Amino acid sequence: MSETIEFKIDGRKIVAEEGKTIVEAAKINGVYIPTLCNFEGAKPKGCCRMCTIKVNNRFMTACTIPGAAGMEVESNSEELNDIRKGIVELLFVTGNHFCPSCEKSGNCELQALAYRYQMMVPRFPYVFPQKGIDASSPKIIKDQNRCILCQRCMKTIKDEKGRNYFAYQNRGSKLAVVLDEKMGKEMSDELAALAMENCPVGSIIYKENGFKKPIGKRKYDKRPIGNEIEA
Amino acid sequence: MNNKISRITKRYSEDPARLLDVLHDIHSLKGYVDDDDVEQLAIELVLSEATINEVISFYHFFSKTPVGKFSIYLNNSITACFRGREAVKRALEESCGTTFGSVSEDGLFGLFDTSCIGMNDQEPAAIINGLVFTKLTAFRVKELVKGLKEGKPVSELIYEGTGGGNNADKDIQSMVQNNIRKGMLLLNRDYHKFEVLRKELKQHSPLEVIQIVEDSNLRGRGGAGFPTGIKWRFGRRVDGKHRVIICNADEGEPGTFKDRVMLTEFPELVFEGMVIAAYATAADIGLLYLRYEYKYLLRFLNRILGEMRTEGLLGKNAAGIKDFNFDIRIQLGAGAYICGEESALIESLEGKRGEPRDKPPFPVEKGYLNYPTIVNNVETLASAVKIIKHGAAWYKGFGVKDSLGTKLLSVSGDCRFPGIYEVEWGTSIREVIEMCGAEDVQAIQVGGPSGVLIGLKDIDNLGASNLMKWYKPSGMMVAQKFYDRKLSYSDLPTGGSIIIFDKRRDLLQDVVMNFMDFFIEESCGSCSTCRNLPSVMKQKLQKIIGGHGVRQDIDDLLSWGKMIKVSRCGLGQTAANPIVSSILNFRDLYEGHVQAMTDFDNEFDLEKSVQAANNFVGRKSVFHQN
Amino acid sequence: MSKKIIATTSLAGCFGCHMSFLDIDERILKLVELVEFDKSPINDIKVFTRPVDIGIIEGGCCNSENIEVLKSFRENCKVLVSLGECAIMGGLPALRNGIPIEECLREAYLDGPTVSENKEQVLPNDPELPMLLDKVFPCHEIVKVDYFLPGCAPDADLIWNALVALVTGNEMELPYEVVKFD
Repeated sequence: MSETIEFKIDGRKIVAEEGKTIVEAAKINGVYIPTLCNFEGAKPKGCCRMCTIKVNNRFMTACTIPGAAGMEVESNSEELNDIRKGIVELLFVTGNHFCPSCEKSGNCELQALAYRYQMMVPRFPYVFPQKGIDASSPKIIKDQNRCILCQRCMKTIKDEKGRNYFAYQNRGSKLAVVLDEKMGKEMSDELAALAMENCPVGSIIYKENGFKKPIGKRKYDKRPIGNEIEA
Repeated sequence: MNNKISRITKRYSEDPARLLDVLHDIHSLKGYVDDDDVEQLAIELVLSEATINEVISFYHFFSKTPVGKFSIYLNNSITACFRGREAVKRALEESCGTTFGSVSEDGLFGLFDTSCIGMNDQEPAAIINGLVFTKLTAFRVKELVKGLKEGKPVSELIYEGTGGGNNADKDIQSMVQNNIRKGMLLLNRDYHKFEVLRKELKQHSPLEVIQIVEDSNLRGRGGAGFPTGIKWRFGRRVDGKHRVIICNADEGEPGTFKDRVMLTEFPELVFEGMVIAAYATAADIGLLYLRYEYKYLLRFLNRILGEMRTEGLLGKNAAGIKDFNFDIRIQLGAGAYICGEESALIESLEGKRGEPRDKPPFPVEKGYLNYPTIVNNVETLASAVKIIKHGAAWYKGFGVKDSLGTKLLSVSGDCRFPGIYEVEWGTSIREVIEMCGAEDVQAIQVGGPSGVLIGLKDIDNLGASNLMKWYKPSGMMVAQKFYDRKLSYSDLPTGGSIIIFDKRRDLLQDVVMNFMDFFIEESCGSCSTCRNLPSVMKQKLQKIIGGHGVRQDIDDLLSWGKMIKVSRCGLGQTAANPIVSSILNFRDLYEGHVQAMTDFDNEFDLEKSVQAANNFVGRKSVFHQN
Repeated sequence: MSKKIIATTSLAGCFGCHMSFLDIDERILKLVELVEFDKSPINDIKVFTRPVDIGIIEGGCCNSENIEVLKSFRENCKVLVSLGECAIMGGLPALRNGIPIEECLREAYLDGPTVSENKEQVLPNDPELPMLLDKVFPCHEIVKVDYFLPGCAPDADLIWNALVALVTGNEMELPYEVVKFD
């Protein structure tokens, strides 16, 4: 049994096992810290920066840092929420997120965060990039225009030898998450469904299975993301 | 199966952690890596092809397509641009018969842009098949290309002969100049190779060595300024099957070239420092990460390591100290500025993309292959040797409070004598200007693009310790458990890059835009903020420069600049600095561009916007004024 | 209190936002007590007849006429509201952004699978037609826009809440369920 520690988030007492990340510890205690790239069971990488918090006036990512006894975490502040909203807006304008035409609409975590932070219009100009769509796999479509490069598919979709189906390509503003051509051709239905499920946005679509649940009856249509955590 | 490729993977025991070396060897063999090679590597290293492509596509000097029999990488740093890069570029395109970013039809020449190659004091410069050619002119380009076409070996084409000092060594044979303008403690000919390893080191226990370095208040010279002795002490304390010393020789901050000079003239001092650090921390693995741009030093450096082994300074019972087993391997980088960040460098050493890690854990806790790892800068390790030799008290006689000892400055730009100046901490910027013979100074870039642009009016009262206040903490974050140990620091010493701009220069259009391009090119892309904000901000700056800016645009840039501070690493956090620091210190330049009479302008141009469609359908543009 | 004057238009939109406007159902009776319509497809007034308090824009800008109408709305309205995804971010018409306009025209009129009869290879170039822009622009990238009401189409309750707030000068109340992008 690992030891129990206590620390504070926005003045609220958090009790958790030692070693739990701040995001996990917060969740157990009914405090929601927004995340996008974080995925339960996968090693956190802190690439979306949504869970940015402040500890001792320094920015840190709550998904990568374990809670520590006596820590005082600032999370739900005007400054941090504006940064989070800004990140959501940035991801919207630098991709092509046409929600009305996206199968993931209503189940999309990026969209849900935009709802939560009441994004009415992004502060940044739209880029409208043309990034291409890879439909070469018989099982999935990889739409690069919607990819937010969170690595969740890279971290969770592997074969029995531990080889990755998805990987990064290039760097900087040209960065993309691509599907391994050969492995993509032999992807099982289970993995394809899982890949779509694990993708926070509509970048991975499991072919021939769209719109099974109508818009209006989806995950975030009636209830904000994080609501299930918040007491 | 291609046997040549198999031989290469076997050379590295089919270890995926040596992927960089495998890829380097394939490039040496044939110039690039093709799909068949990737397929074979995927099988032999048990990785997916996508994973291998992920690594190849990260590094600037790896390629999936042919790069020409002669691959020419022309530096595009701001100093190169100010010293005639455009003419050199045109001459290259004309004489090679191709444009930048492509390979000539005969497959002979490939022309590519590349970020600062550490030759800022002798620009324009290019790397051709791993060798450096400096002080290029259109004339020299033509001669050079002619020589290459005639089949002369690249090494015979160095038009000025070899540079001074070890540049003439048989294993370097480079035309690069050292330009050492001022030496003090490190750049000092009164150095007896490996003397400390042979004499002083044995007289101290490892903990005494750490104590001496701690007493000297030596701080990391790469830019982050972390106290070296304390880093060593931590590293020693963490348990691990192995412990690792890494020398970071991946200086990529545009305008810095001090490590190149240190490694050319005083490599023994650097390696000696690594052995001392290893002894102090009980490390057994030594790695020197050499940036690809300095590949021309590789054979020379390996020869010195060989000599050290022969003399018993490396290997089993290194330096004649019983049970002290330590050796050094040089890892060649492959072109990525971000690998200068210590955790990105470790990722790269493990054969992966050089993406910074989240901290904690810090490298001293979990570094290379999860072993406790101490990463030190070239200059830091060299300083440690001098400290062990002469003592902490002696070292404290140099510099000023908080910043002891000396600093190597890489001075370049608009001055008469660019080069390396070793100065005491506490030297003012004004003294630097006088030292290097700069006149009509408009601005000085301290610490490269991620540093700060300082205007002339700020210079008077700016001592070096003051100078440190200009820096925002980068790379390193201090873990919760370190808080009580007073390791947290709010200032950073300069990494030493000083670029001078005189009054002829257009700071916004030329300098700031060039720096923003640098960050856009060199971001690893992992953080949403650093991947996207620099190009969005650059676009806005372009709007302002183009005369379409409004006052709100300046405020937007400042507020977006704050957002980028949540990025993971020092590169990301500082990627907006060129814009933010130029707004803070040169606001009048921005005010001069924005429109006073309107608060809205989104650059929309109806005439331009309808042109393409009208041309295609064959109709004239007609506009009604309402 | 005098009634507020409202104008509406649909630029590069599908009129879905206007339909959703009508989905306020019987509340439209309350609305006519609060406002009068000037230029709008709802009453078919084609030109501005007086200064307008609130201009409501559906659709982004894909051609020169859209630009002209949008600019005239900016000139004649105190407050401009972008209504729906197309006005806010170009919407579905903006799916063509990033594809060269020549390629779009070729696909639509010359080579596309749905082109059955165009042997003369005629391209629409009558001077009466609006001129196509190289991409579809969100309205706020052309003129200053004051409020944004997302949705495809925006929820009738969102339109109602926002409009009442604008007319009465009260804070907008936007419950979670009404602000949706789809």
